[in-house]
Amino acid sequence: MANYKALYQEVILDHNKKPRNYGTLAHASHHAVGHNPLCGDHISVALSLDRECIDCIAFQGESCAICKASASMMTAAVKGKTRADAEMLIQEFLAMATGKLDLDSPNHIGRLAVFSGVRDLPTRVKCAILPWHTLHAAFNSLAIASTETAEDPMHAPIGNACRGPLSWPSGINWR
Amino acid sequence: MTTERRLATEPFDVERIRADFPILQLQIGAKPLVYLDNAASSQMPQQVIDRLVRYQTTQHANINRAVHYLSETATAEYEAARRKLQRFINAPEEREVIFTSGTTDAINLVMHGYGRKFIKAGDEIILTTLEHHSNIVPWQMLAEETGAVIRVVPINDAGELLIDEYENLFNMRTKLVGVMHVSNALGSINPLKQMIAFAHAHGVRVLVDGAQAVPHLQVDVQDLDCDFYAFSGHKLCGPTGIGVLYGKAALLEKMQPFKGGGDMILSVTFEKTIYNTIPHKFEAGTPPIAAAIGLGAAVDYLSAIGMDAIATHELDLLNYATAQMTRMPGVCIIGTAKNKAAVLSFTIDGVHPHDVGTLLNQEGVALRTGHHCAQPVMRRFKVPATARASFAFYNTLAEVDALIAGIRSVQKVFA
Repeated sequence: MANYKALYQEVILDHNKKPRNYGTLAHASHHAVGHNPLCGDHISVALSLDRECIDCIAFQGESCAICKASASMMTAAVKGKTRADAEMLIQEFLAMATGKLDLDSPNHIGRLAVFSGVRDLPTRVKCAILPWHTLHAAFNSLAIASTETAEDPMHAPIGNACRGPLSWPSGINWR
Repeated sequence: MTTERRLATEPFDVERIRADFPILQLQIGAKPLVYLDNAASSQMPQQVIDRLVRYQTTQHANINRAVHYLSETATAEYEAARRKLQRFINAPEEREVIFTSGTTDAINLVMHGYGRKFIKAGDEIILTTLEHHSNIVPWQMLAEETGAVIRVVPINDAGELLIDEYENLFNMRTKLVGVMHVSNALGSINPLKQMIAFAHAHGVRVLVDGAQAVPHLQVDVQDLDCDFYAFSGHKLCGPTGIGVLYGKAALLEKMQPFKGGGDMILSVTFEKTIYNTIPHKFEAGTPPIAAAIGLGAAVDYLSAIGMDAIATHELDLLNYATAQMTRMPGVCIIGTAKNKAAVLSFTIDGVHPHDVGTLLNQEGVALRTGHHCAQPVMRRFKVPATARASFAFYNTLAEVDALIAGIRSVQKVFA
């Protein structure tokens, strides 16, 4: 029970209230929309790669505080990193969220450890990892990521992987 | 208005009722459980648990088969449960009560048994914006298969069906109306009698999804004059895996079976199978015998308290909660129909419903957050999701206070 309080820490509430890198990119080289069908939340992630380095990154969408803070802190964490380093961080974050990462062993999690509490909240794990799935999908130019596609979405084909022009899912209220 | 004073005037002793429900004694962390997710599933009183144990320890065998004592006993108890359910909804005949696995199964039975036989390309099915996905998706599947057309009754900002619009949807091609009695997402109680009478005047059959009505209102299928009425056991203090489809005998007899197998036949040869009579025609295979008997005990329990007393107490809870929530800045009630059951959907400004749910859980308050399997309703109100408190007769005004205090603490976290 202590983890509920631990989860809604000041840093998460702050990123929820004032998300960093919130908005769109005019000239994104990679872009994906992440979707959690359980709650209807959507996150879009756009980035531009300069050679293999993340030059700019932005996200937007409608989601819970956990998801929005996770997206905000993710964009701050990967900005300036190489794609390979970002992919490694994605793996570590997913492992942490599902309780498979030993935080005492060497890792690159840093401040993102504030999300470690979700591992005890199975229904909220998806909220925290949606932005990271979406970033991974964006690297691979998959248009739509989902938390529901497979047991291990990181290595599974993701449905509706169209590369055509992106449109917001109809009927969702984007504020 | 103090809780104590209000409780004293209640038509029944809620504390005595609560003592029948072992699960209500649970602590969630350091807080007592405040269970306000009854629209998803209700809790089970000791009387029903005891009945399940008695069946399983002294009466269990397969039904309708052997001539031995246990099989005869189990068959008699299973059929006795059917008669209890018949009385509970005032169905004219016991053979009009079909045991299903739940509301979804019951609606699918009507889709396959009635829809696939009688609804053709170009025929129209009227549904409403309020419907649960379980009364939308089966009809979409039928429409896809047959070329039938689905028409949808809109709602107003209070979450009430627009009856003029409903009536305007009727034409020569209209074959079926599918409508929920009480909205699971908003609590709206639909004017079924009027809607059914109008449909019948146009020769159109009506299927009612009664999942949220039967636990809270006195339902009388003869008074409603509905053609089909579906509901679930687990929302009715009974076990999961059991539900009921009521259907008018003349219709059920004309319908084709949904599932094939044992029990639903009179004779089988490889050349021809003769189907059993109703209700057995629709109960293929070994049914959930224990669950059906448990559901019989559940409706006995509810009838002893009285559905009118239950409805009165729940309305008290709803009015008390609505009055408090209406006064809270930043809290918006979704669904303000004049005629409402004890469901309170709400949003909190600046806080996603999932965060509301997680933080309320910390206070021991169990409620549902999400789209409530009613995404068209969420779209209509332009929200992705809501938090929903749904009350049962064993809830108290003090629990409403706990909910309100919980909402305040959520607002504090996100201030």
